Amino acid sequence: MTNTEIYDKLKSAFGPVIGEWHEQTGGEYMKRLSSYADVADTSFIRDVCLYLRDEPGLEFDSLLLLSSVDNGDKTLSVAYHLESKTMRHYIALKVTVPLDNAIVPSVTEVWSHANWQEREAWDMMGIKFLNHPDMRRILLDDDWVGHPLRKDYVYPDYYRGMKVPY
Amino acid sequence: MGLLDKQDNPFESSNIVITGADTLLNWARLSSLWMMGFGLACCAIEMMAASASHYDIGRFGVIPRPSPRQSDIMLISGTVTLKMATRTKLLYEQMPDPKYIISMGSCSNCGGPYWEHGYHVLKGVDRVIPVDVYVPGCPPRPEALLEGLIKVQEKVRKQSLGKTTV
Ligand code: SF4
Repeated sequence: MTNTEIYDKLKSAFGPVIGEWHEQTGGEYMKRLSSYADVADTSFIRDVCLYLRDEPGLEFDSLLLLSSVDNGDKTLSVAYHLESKTMRHYIALKVTVPLDNAIVPSVTEVWSHANWQEREAWDMMGIKFLNHPDMRRILLDDDWVGHPLRKDYVYPDYYRGMKVPY
Repeated sequence: MGLLDKQDNPFESSNIVITGADTLLNWARLSSLWMMGFGLACCAIEMMAASASHYDIGRFGVIPRPSPRQSDIMLISGTVTLKMATRTKLLYEQMPDPKYIISMGSCSNCGGPYWEHGYHVLKGVDRVIPVDVYVPGCPPRPEALLEGLIKVQEKVRKQSLGKTTV
Protein backbone atom coordinates (compact mmCIF):
# COMPACT_ATOMS: atom_id res chain seq x y z
CA MET A 1 0.00 0.00 0.00
CA THR A 2 1.14 3.56 -0.50
CA ASN A 3 1.13 5.69 2.60
CA THR A 4 -1.81 7.83 1.44
CA GLU A 5 -3.91 4.66 1.08
CA ILE A 6 -2.93 3.71 4.62
CA TYR A 7 -3.90 7.19 5.77
CA ASP A 8 -7.32 6.89 4.15
CA LYS A 9 -7.88 3.55 5.81
CA LEU A 10 -6.85 5.01 9.16
CA LYS A 11 -9.12 8.01 8.64
CA SER A 12 -12.14 5.83 7.91
CA ALA A 13 -11.46 3.71 11.00
CA PHE A 14 -10.83 6.55 13.47
CA GLY A 15 -12.56 9.58 11.96
CA PRO A 16 -11.77 12.89 13.66
CA VAL A 17 -9.01 11.38 15.81
CA ILE A 18 -6.80 11.43 12.75
CA GLY A 19 -5.83 14.91 11.63
CA GLU A 20 -4.45 16.16 8.36
CA TRP A 21 -2.07 14.47 5.98
CA HIS A 22 1.16 16.43 5.45
CA GLU A 23 2.67 15.64 2.09
CA GLN A 24 6.33 16.56 1.88
CA THR A 25 7.97 17.83 -1.26
CA GLY A 26 11.12 16.37 -2.72
CA GLY A 27 12.10 13.12 -4.32
CA GLU A 28 10.23 9.84 -4.12
CA TYR A 29 12.32 8.68 -1.18
CA MET A 30 11.85 11.88 0.83
CA LYS A 31 8.11 11.82 0.10
CA ARG A 32 7.82 8.30 1.34
CA LEU A 33 9.79 8.89 4.51
CA SER A 34 8.84 12.35 5.66
CA SER A 35 5.16 12.69 4.77
CA TYR A 36 3.16 12.20 7.93
CA ALA A 37 -0.31 12.07 9.42
CA ASP A 38 -1.27 14.19 12.40
CA VAL A 39 -2.99 12.38 15.22
CA ALA A 40 -5.25 15.14 16.52
CA ASP A 41 -6.32 13.43 19.73
CA THR A 42 -3.13 12.48 21.58
CA SER A 43 -4.87 10.12 23.98
CA PHE A 44 -5.72 7.78 21.08
CA ILE A 45 -2.15 7.23 19.88
CA ARG A 46 -1.86 3.85 21.56
CA ASP A 47 -5.14 2.64 20.01
CA VAL A 48 -4.12 3.93 16.59
CA CYS A 49 -0.81 2.08 16.86
CA LEU A 50 -2.52 -1.09 18.04
CA TYR A 51 -4.87 -0.91 15.07
CA LEU A 52 -1.96 -0.38 12.67
CA ARG A 53 -0.17 -3.38 14.12
CA ASP A 54 -3.08 -5.82 14.24
CA GLU A 55 -5.29 -4.92 11.28
CA PRO A 56 -4.89 -7.51 8.49
CA GLY A 57 -3.38 -5.85 5.45
CA LEU A 58 -1.58 -3.19 7.52
CA GLU A 59 0.51 -5.30 9.91
CA PHE A 60 2.99 -2.67 11.06
CA ASP A 61 5.36 -4.90 12.98
CA SER A 62 8.15 -2.42 13.51
CA LEU A 63 8.62 1.00 15.04
CA LEU A 64 11.61 2.28 13.09
CA LEU A 65 12.06 5.45 15.05
CA LEU A 66 10.40 7.43 17.77
CA SER A 67 11.73 10.94 17.92
CA SER A 68 10.77 14.20 19.53
CA VAL A 69 10.74 17.78 18.28
CA ASP A 70 10.59 21.15 20.00
CA ASN A 71 8.52 23.22 17.60
CA GLY A 72 9.59 26.49 19.18
CA ASP A 73 6.00 27.70 19.71
CA LYS A 74 5.51 26.22 23.18
CA THR A 75 4.61 22.82 21.76
CA LEU A 76 6.48 19.55 21.55
CA SER A 77 5.89 16.81 19.02
CA VAL A 78 6.53 13.10 18.99
CA ALA A 79 7.03 11.47 15.59
CA TYR A 80 6.50 7.76 15.01
CA HIS A 81 8.03 6.15 11.94
CA LEU A 82 6.42 2.79 11.35
CA GLU A 83 7.27 0.06 8.91
CA SER A 84 5.76 -3.27 8.04
CA LYS A 85 8.47 -5.76 7.20
CA THR A 86 5.95 -8.26 5.82
CA MET A 87 3.81 -5.86 3.75
CA ARG A 88 6.77 -3.63 2.84
CA HIS A 89 5.00 -0.35 3.46
CA TYR A 90 5.61 2.64 5.62
CA ILE A 91 3.87 5.50 7.43
CA ALA A 92 4.77 8.29 9.82
CA LEU A 93 2.53 9.70 12.55
CA LYS A 94 2.91 12.80 14.65
CA VAL A 95 1.32 13.98 17.86
CA THR A 96 1.72 17.46 19.30
CA VAL A 97 1.40 18.38 22.97
CA PRO A 98 1.78 21.66 24.89
CA LEU A 99 5.18 22.28 26.46
CA ASP A 100 3.88 22.73 30.01
CA ASN A 101 1.78 19.55 29.94
CA ALA A 102 3.79 17.19 27.77
CA ILE A 103 2.18 13.82 28.39
CA VAL A 104 1.75 11.19 25.68
CA PRO A 105 0.46 7.61 26.11
CA SER A 106 3.26 5.09 25.78
CA VAL A 107 3.35 2.61 22.90
CA THR A 108 5.65 0.14 24.67
CA GLU A 109 2.73 -2.31 24.92
CA VAL A 110 2.43 -2.23 21.14
CA TRP A 111 6.12 -2.43 20.24
CA SER A 112 8.40 -3.23 23.15
CA HIS A 113 11.36 -1.59 21.40
CA ALA A 114 9.68 1.76 22.01
CA ASN A 115 10.89 1.47 25.60
CA TRP A 116 14.35 3.03 25.25
CA GLN A 117 13.30 5.48 22.56
CA GLU A 118 10.61 6.88 24.83
CA ARG A 119 13.11 7.11 27.65
CA GLU A 120 15.39 9.08 25.35
CA ALA A 121 12.55 11.44 24.44
CA TRP A 122 11.91 11.93 28.15
CA ASP A 123 15.58 12.52 28.88
CA MET A 124 16.26 14.97 26.06
CA MET A 125 12.90 16.68 25.57
CA GLY A 126 10.98 16.10 28.78
CA ILE A 127 7.99 14.32 27.29
CA LYS A 128 6.35 12.04 29.84
CA PHE A 129 4.96 8.76 28.53
CA LEU A 130 1.92 7.44 30.36
CA ASN A 131 2.03 3.77 31.42
CA HIS A 132 5.67 3.41 30.45
CA PRO A 133 7.14 0.56 32.54
CA ASP A 134 10.41 2.33 33.40
CA MET A 135 10.28 6.10 32.93
CA ARG A 136 13.85 7.05 33.88
CA ARG A 137 16.52 9.09 32.13
CA ILE A 138 18.51 6.96 29.72
CA LEU A 139 21.65 8.99 28.88
CA LEU A 140 22.14 11.68 31.49
CA ASP A 141 22.59 11.06 35.18
CA ASP A 142 19.49 10.79 37.34
CA ASP A 143 20.28 14.02 39.20
CA TRP A 144 20.49 16.11 36.01
CA VAL A 145 18.28 19.20 35.97
CA GLY A 146 16.29 20.05 32.84
CA HIS A 147 15.94 18.55 29.39
CA PRO A 148 18.81 19.68 27.16
CA LEU A 149 17.27 19.56 23.69
CA ARG A 150 14.44 21.95 24.58
CA LYS A 151 14.87 25.36 23.03
CA ASP A 152 14.43 27.10 26.39
CA TYR A 153 17.10 24.97 28.07
CA VAL A 154 19.58 26.93 30.18
CA TYR A 155 23.08 25.43 30.30
CA PRO A 156 24.18 24.61 33.83
CA ASP A 157 27.16 26.44 35.35
CA TYR A 158 28.15 23.65 37.66
CA TYR A 159 27.38 19.97 37.81
CA ARG A 160 28.43 18.10 40.97
CA GLY A 161 31.06 20.75 41.62
CA MET A 162 32.51 20.59 38.11
CA LYS A 163 32.45 23.76 36.06
CA VAL A 164 30.53 23.21 32.82
CA PRO A 165 31.12 26.28 30.57
CA TYR A 166 34.41 26.51 28.66
CA MET B 1 72.81 -16.04 36.66
CA GLY B 2 76.25 -14.76 36.07
CA LEU B 3 76.38 -13.35 39.59
CA LEU B 4 75.22 -16.60 41.21
CA ASP B 5 77.80 -18.62 39.34
CA LYS B 6 80.59 -16.42 40.56
CA GLN B 7 79.59 -16.06 44.21
CA ASP B 8 83.09 -16.89 45.44
CA ASN B 9 84.75 -14.14 43.51
CA PRO B 10 82.21 -11.85 41.91
CA PHE B 11 84.80 -9.30 40.76
CA GLU B 12 86.66 -11.87 38.69
CA SER B 13 85.30 -10.93 35.25
CA SER B 14 83.34 -7.69 35.75
CA ASN B 15 79.93 -9.21 36.45
CA ILE B 16 78.78 -6.46 38.75
CA VAL B 17 76.92 -3.41 37.57
CA ILE B 18 76.90 -0.42 39.87
CA THR B 19 74.13 2.14 39.54
CA GLY B 20 72.15 4.64 41.58
CA ALA B 21 68.94 3.61 43.28
CA ASP B 22 67.10 6.38 41.43
CA THR B 23 68.33 5.26 38.05
CA LEU B 24 67.47 1.64 38.69
CA LEU B 25 63.98 2.40 39.99
CA ASN B 26 63.24 4.88 37.22
CA TRP B 27 64.52 2.49 34.58
CA ALA B 28 62.26 -0.24 35.94
CA ARG B 29 59.27 2.09 36.10
CA LEU B 30 59.61 3.64 32.71
CA SER B 31 60.10 0.32 30.96
CA SER B 32 56.92 -1.21 32.34
CA LEU B 33 54.28 1.47 32.27
CA TRP B 34 51.19 -0.68 32.54
CA MET B 35 48.22 1.06 31.06
CA MET B 36 44.63 1.00 32.14
CA GLY B 37 42.45 -0.53 29.43
CA PHE B 38 40.03 2.33 29.15
CA GLY B 39 38.64 4.08 26.08
CA LEU B 40 36.10 6.89 26.00
CA ALA B 41 35.31 7.88 22.42
CA CYS B 42 36.70 8.00 18.88
CA CYS B 43 40.25 8.62 20.18
CA ALA B 44 40.14 5.15 21.71
CA ILE B 45 40.19 3.76 18.15
CA GLU B 46 43.58 5.40 17.60
CA MET B 47 44.73 4.09 20.95
CA MET B 48 43.73 0.60 19.80
CA ALA B 49 45.60 1.17 16.56
CA ALA B 50 48.65 2.16 18.60
CA SER B 51 48.27 -1.05 20.64
CA ALA B 52 47.95 -3.26 17.58
CA SER B 53 50.86 -4.85 15.76
CA HIS B 54 51.58 -2.03 13.33
CA TYR B 55 52.53 0.54 15.97
CA ASP B 56 52.98 -1.96 18.77
CA ILE B 57 52.87 0.10 21.95
CA GLY B 58 54.05 -3.08 23.70
CA ARG B 59 57.60 -2.21 22.60
CA PHE B 60 57.61 0.40 25.36
CA GLY B 61 56.53 -2.05 28.02
CA VAL B 62 52.93 -0.87 27.95
CA ILE B 63 50.55 -3.69 28.76
CA PRO B 64 46.82 -3.00 29.04
CA ARG B 65 45.51 -3.97 32.46
CA PRO B 66 41.86 -4.55 33.28
CA SER B 67 42.07 -2.97 36.74
CA PRO B 68 43.14 0.48 37.94
CA ARG B 69 44.91 -1.15 40.88
CA GLN B 70 47.44 -2.76 38.55
CA SER B 71 48.03 0.25 36.31
CA ASP B 72 50.71 2.92 36.29
CA ILE B 73 49.37 5.03 33.49
CA MET B 74 45.90 6.11 32.45
CA LEU B 75 45.23 7.21 28.90
CA ILE B 76 42.22 9.50 28.78
CA SER B 77 41.37 8.67 25.19
CA GLY B 78 38.32 10.64 24.23
CA THR B 79 35.41 12.79 25.31
CA VAL B 80 35.02 13.04 29.06
CA THR B 81 31.33 13.57 29.67
CA LEU B 82 30.24 14.93 33.03
CA LYS B 83 28.74 11.55 33.82
CA MET B 84 32.04 9.86 33.02
CA ALA B 85 34.12 12.50 34.82
CA THR B 86 32.97 11.28 38.22
CA ARG B 87 33.94 7.72 37.23
CA THR B 88 37.27 8.85 35.79
CA LYS B 89 38.11 10.55 39.06
CA LEU B 90 37.21 7.42 40.99
CA LEU B 91 39.43 5.28 38.76
CA TYR B 92 42.28 7.74 39.18
CA GLU B 93 41.96 7.56 42.93
CA GLN B 94 42.05 3.77 42.78
CA MET B 95 45.38 3.70 40.94
CA PRO B 96 48.47 3.14 43.11
CA ASP B 97 51.25 5.73 43.22
CA PRO B 98 53.24 6.60 41.17
CA LYS B 99 50.61 7.24 38.53
CA TYR B 100 50.73 9.15 35.28
CA ILE B 101 47.99 10.55 33.09
CA ILE B 102 48.13 11.15 29.36
CA SER B 103 45.30 13.28 28.07
CA MET B 104 44.78 12.20 24.48
CA GLY B 105 42.94 14.36 21.96
CA SER B 106 41.27 17.76 21.96
CA CYS B 107 38.23 16.52 23.83
CA SER B 108 40.04 15.56 26.98
CA ASN B 109 42.50 18.46 26.63
CA CYS B 110 39.91 21.22 26.43
CA GLY B 111 36.49 19.96 25.34
CA GLY B 112 37.37 19.75 21.64
CA PRO B 113 34.43 20.14 19.25
CA TYR B 114 32.07 20.29 22.24
CA TRP B 115 33.67 23.36 23.76
CA GLU B 116 30.68 25.64 23.16
CA HIS B 117 27.49 23.59 22.91
CA GLY B 118 28.55 20.55 24.89
CA TYR B 119 26.31 20.91 27.90
CA HIS B 120 27.33 17.40 28.97
CA VAL B 121 31.09 17.52 28.29
CA LEU B 122 33.80 18.36 30.79
CA LYS B 123 35.97 21.03 29.13
CA GLY B 124 39.30 19.42 29.87
CA VAL B 125 39.94 16.40 32.05
CA ASP B 126 42.47 18.50 34.02
CA ARG B 127 39.48 20.01 35.81
CA VAL B 128 39.12 16.80 37.80
CA ILE B 129 42.49 14.99 37.71
CA PRO B 130 46.10 16.16 37.20
CA VAL B 131 47.50 15.54 33.71
CA ASP B 132 51.16 14.84 32.92
CA VAL B 133 51.20 14.99 29.14
CA TYR B 134 48.71 16.47 26.69
CA VAL B 135 48.60 14.99 23.19
CA PRO B 136 46.86 17.36 20.76
CA GLY B 137 44.85 16.25 17.75
CA CYS B 138 41.39 15.10 16.80
CA PRO B 139 42.25 12.28 16.94
CA PRO B 140 46.04 12.22 17.40
CA ARG B 141 47.78 9.70 15.18
CA PRO B 142 49.35 6.70 16.91
CA GLU B 143 52.78 8.27 16.31
CA ALA B 144 51.69 11.30 18.35
CA LEU B 145 50.45 9.05 21.12
CA LEU B 146 53.80 7.21 21.18
CA GLU B 147 55.55 10.59 21.36
CA GLY B 148 53.38 11.42 24.37
CA LEU B 149 54.35 8.14 25.94
CA ILE B 150 58.04 8.88 25.40
CA LYS B 151 57.51 12.24 27.10
CA VAL B 152 56.08 10.44 30.13
CA GLN B 153 59.12 8.14 30.10
CA GLU B 154 61.41 11.16 30.06
CA LYS B 155 59.52 12.55 33.01
CA VAL B 156 59.89 9.28 34.92
CA ARG B 157 63.59 9.13 34.07
CA LYS B 158 64.19 12.46 35.79
CA GLN B 159 62.44 11.50 39.00
CA SER B 160 64.26 11.05 42.25
CA LEU B 161 63.41 9.38 45.54
CA GLY B 162 64.20 12.67 47.19
CA LYS B 163 61.70 14.69 45.24
CA THR B 164 58.91 12.93 43.42
CA THR B 165 58.32 15.15 40.41
CA VAL B 166 60.42 17.31 38.18
S1 SF4 C 1 39.37 14.63 20.15
FE1 SF4 C 1 38.25 14.21 18.24
S2 SF4 C 1 38.71 12.06 17.81
FE2 SF4 C 1 39.21 12.41 19.96
S3 SF4 C 1 37.39 11.86 21.13
FE3 SF4 C 1 37.28 14.06 20.69
S4 SF4 C 1 36.08 14.21 18.82
FE4 SF4 C 1 36.79 12.10 18.98
